[in-house]
Amino acid sequence: MSYYRTAFLFLFLIPLQSLAEDGLTIAVASNFQRAAKSMAAEFSESTRIPVRISAGSTGKLYAQIVNGAPYDIFLAADSARPKRLEDDGIAVPGSRLTYAVGSLLLWSADSTLNEGECLETLESGSYRHLAIANPLTAPYGRAAKEFLQAANVFDDAMSRLVYGENVAQALQFAASGNATLGLVAASQIKTGISVETRCSWEVPGDMHEAIIQQAVMLSASNSPDAATKFMVFLQGSRVAAILKSHGYKAPD
Amino acid sequence: MDFAPLWLSAKLAFTTTLILIVLGAPLSWWLSQSRSRWQPLVQTIVAMPIVLPPTVLGFYLLIVLGPNGAIGGWWVTLTGDSLTFSFSGLVIASCIYSLPFAIQPMQSAFESLSRKTLEAGWTLGASRLDAFFSLVVPLSLRGFLGAAVLSFAHTLGEFGVVLMVGGNIPGETRVVSIAIYDQVETLDYASAHQLSFVLIAFAFVTLFGVFFVNRCWQSR
Repeated sequence: MSYYRTAFLFLFLIPLQSLAEDGLTIAVASNFQRAAKSMAAEFSESTRIPVRISAGSTGKLYAQIVNGAPYDIFLAADSARPKRLEDDGIAVPGSRLTYAVGSLLLWSADSTLNEGECLETLESGSYRHLAIANPLTAPYGRAAKEFLQAANVFDDAMSRLVYGENVAQALQFAASGNATLGLVAASQIKTGISVETRCSWEVPGDMHEAIIQQAVMLSASNSPDAATKFMVFLQGSRVAAILKSHGYKAPD
Repeated sequence: MDFAPLWLSAKLAFTTTLILIVLGAPLSWWLSQSRSRWQPLVQTIVAMPIVLPPTVLGFYLLIVLGPNGAIGGWWVTLTGDSLTFSFSGLVIASCIYSLPFAIQPMQSAFESLSRKTLEAGWTLGASRLDAFFSLVVPLSLRGFLGAAVLSFAHTLGEFGVVLMVGGNIPGETRVVSIAIYDQVETLDYASAHQLSFVLIAFAFVTLFGVFFVNRCWQSR
């Protein structure tokens, strides 16, 4: 009986093992998930290297990586966490690069709002809740807070702010009608959502610090060659096109 | 240590427990005594939060409690405030989430009461309500205690539902589990350890208390 069981276990383990060795596993900040999927598809097509994507918040992925999660590459939503990994030797020194720059959007699906009056609604204060990502954990949340301060509406908004765990949840609060307004990632709206947009206004880049998304290659990678190929691919022109179509800016 | 989330969680757990005991006792009694063909159906609905992931509850609560939802819309016209992102909303969510943990100990206590004792009470002229308070309640104290402790502890440990409908507002919906989650995300492991330790100690002490009391009761 126990022989059978061991044999059975191995049957399951063998294909998993080979998959982990051949392909790449990439940890992706949740805001970048869709763009990463398009990128991975294109990369796999030209190199025949399969790519698996594991999405989560940057902080959670960071904690997983520090504790030995088997990822080859980390596409974070900020630059702080990749830098920290690089400094601690968990990421390959010198591999850190900016792969995308995000933009912030003031957005609403509330049908009681006049079309195209997102900014007016924010400035006049005639809304119930404004959803933003958590400024302490999410780069889009920090940018949202900076914008509100720059626009001199933060004090007015403070008691009506609701915090999503990440920018995906901030959009969900606004899209479900629970929050009148949301400060979300342009990429979320660009790639299509099931809810009709009532108004959206792109926050000028000079009203908050740039949302710089950085990538690092991880030292524990089982396939460093494939990972290096992907890091090179990230800086190519085909990726720039994918970034644009998903609402990101390519790094300068 | 940041005491605000702990205090908020305790307040939420206490309010939820109080509501669940008061409203849950009659429901548990009905479930334990009823021979209605609807009984299994009600029993099923009551037990469902044990099986359902918090995301399912949270998702539907976000819709139903939201300003466009059935309950949320009514609440907005009544109070001018929305139920999502508010303490009141969390109380409703917690009552649903912890319902089975309140019902089951009370129901099994009621089921174990001997029919003869009750009938003796009735023949001595006690009304149904009278019998409930002077016979059923004292004889089922263990069930009430279990229900209270489990609802309180379960609500204190609530995370997924609050994450989905709370909006992480300090002093309003930022409960202890959410605070710990944030601290872990921001790599503030020292604070996370502190709050986590309080929860671990609490969980151990309460559960140990329940099992210990149960044992004493059994050997009596």
